[in-house]
Amino acid sequence: MALLGLLDREPSHGYDLKRDYDTYFSRGRPLPFGQVYATLSRLARDGKAIAGEAEPGAGPDRKRYAITETGKSEVEAWLAEPIPAEPYLQTDLFVKVVLSLMLGRPAEEYLDAQRAAHLRRMRELTELKQHDSLVDALLADHGLFHLDADLRWIDLTAARLAPLAEEVAS
Amino acid sequence: MNGANDSSVAKVGGVIIEGRDLVLSFGETPALRGACLSVRRGEIIAVMGPSGSGKSTLLHCLAGILVPASGEVYFDGQRLDTMREAQRSRLRRDRFGFVFQFGQLVPELTAEENVALPLLLGGTRRDQALRAARSWFERLDLDGMERHRTGEMSGGQSQRVALARGLVAHPDVLFADEPTGSLDSLSGELVMGLLTRTAREEGSTVILVTHEPRVAAYADREVIVRDGRVTTASAVAR
Repeated sequence: MALLGLLDREPSHGYDLKRDYDTYFSRGRPLPFGQVYATLSRLARDGKAIAGEAEPGAGPDRKRYAITETGKSEVEAWLAEPIPAEPYLQTDLFVKVVLSLMLGRPAEEYLDAQRAAHLRRMRELTELKQHDSLVDALLADHGLFHLDADLRWIDLTAARLAPLAEEVAS
Repeated sequence: MNGANDSSVAKVGGVIIEGRDLVLSFGETPALRGACLSVRRGEIIAVMGPSGSGKSTLLHCLAGILVPASGEVYFDGQRLDTMREAQRSRLRRDRFGFVFQFGQLVPELTAEENVALPLLLGGTRRDQALRAARSWFERLDLDGMERHRTGEMSGGQSQRVALARGLVAHPDVLFADEPTGSLDSLSGELVMGLLTRTAREEGSTVILVTHEPRVAAYADREVIVRDGRVTTASAVAR
C-alpha cells in the first residue's frame, strides 16, 4: 500500500519508488528491487496502476507507472481506516507478570528490569531525535509514546502486585 | 549503549553531590526513609517515582532547601546539611540553579529582569546582569521576548525564561522539579531539548525530578524513588 500511495503523488519509475520508500519507510531494511517490480506488476494486473510504454534503455526500470482511479480510491480508503488498536500488553508483558505470580517468582523485580529496559530504549530514541530529521523523529515519537504507555501499565501493575498475586493464587 | 551521547559521558566527572541515608518526615508522615543518591559532575540524572514517593523531598534535601532529620548531604566535598541557613542560602544562590513546575517568574518584572534576578541578588551590577540575561534569549529561542511580562508569554516561553534564570549564573547543579509538568507535549519537548543541551554546554549537573518517562528519557540515567528510598533497578538491569 505504501508503494501505491507513493504512486499517488505522481507517475514514477520503480527505481524512484524504491528510493522514496527506502528514504521514508524502510527503517534500515531497503526494499528489494524484485519486490518493487512484483508489486507494481500486481497493482497493474489488479487495475490499480497502469504501466506506460517501455522507454528506451537497458534494465527493468524502463516503465513509468501511474495510479488509476481504482488505485486512488483504495489509497484514500486505506488512509481513512484506523488500524486495529492492538492490545500490545496482553502479549509478553502480561504473560510474564501473571506467570511470575503463579509460579511465585519475583514479579516486582521483573517489572523493575522491564522498566529499566523500556527507559533505556526511550533514551536511545530521544537521543536519535536530537540529531535526525523530523521524519525520523516522527517515528521515534511513535515508539516513545508506545513505550510510555507500557510504562504506565508497568507502574500501575507494580502498585497492584499484592492483590493481583492473591487473585492469581486463588 | 546507554543512550547518553559520547561527548556527555566524556564530561562526567567525580561525585559532586551526594545524599547518604536521608530521613525526613512531615509530621507523622515519613517522606524519606534512608534515601541515598550520588550524582557525578556533568551528569543528567532523572529521579522518578510515583506521587508521594519522596522524590521532590529528596531534591529539596540535596539542594539545601530542606534539612534532613538524619543522614548527610555533601556538595563538592562540603557537608551541606550542617551549614547555617545563611551559608546554605548563599550556596543555593551562587552554585545552584532551579527550575520548577509553576509560578516561578516574578510577574512585576520583565522576562530579562527575571532571568537577571540571580545575578542581581548576587551583587552583579544591573547593566552587567541584564547583558548576561539577554544573551540567553537567542540561545533559548526567545528572541524579542526580553521586555515581555509573564502574562504576555505562553507556558512554554515562560518555562524557557525560567530555564534561562536557572542557568544564568552558570550553576554547578541545576535542580529541575517537573519542569515540563504544566506544558503540552511539543512545548515540553522543546524545553527538555534546550534544558539538556544548554546544561551540557555549561557543564552543569542536572537533577531532574519527573514522573514522566518521556522527560526522564532525556537524562543519562534514572533512579526510582519508592517509599522514601532510592532503588537502583536500572543499574542492576544494565
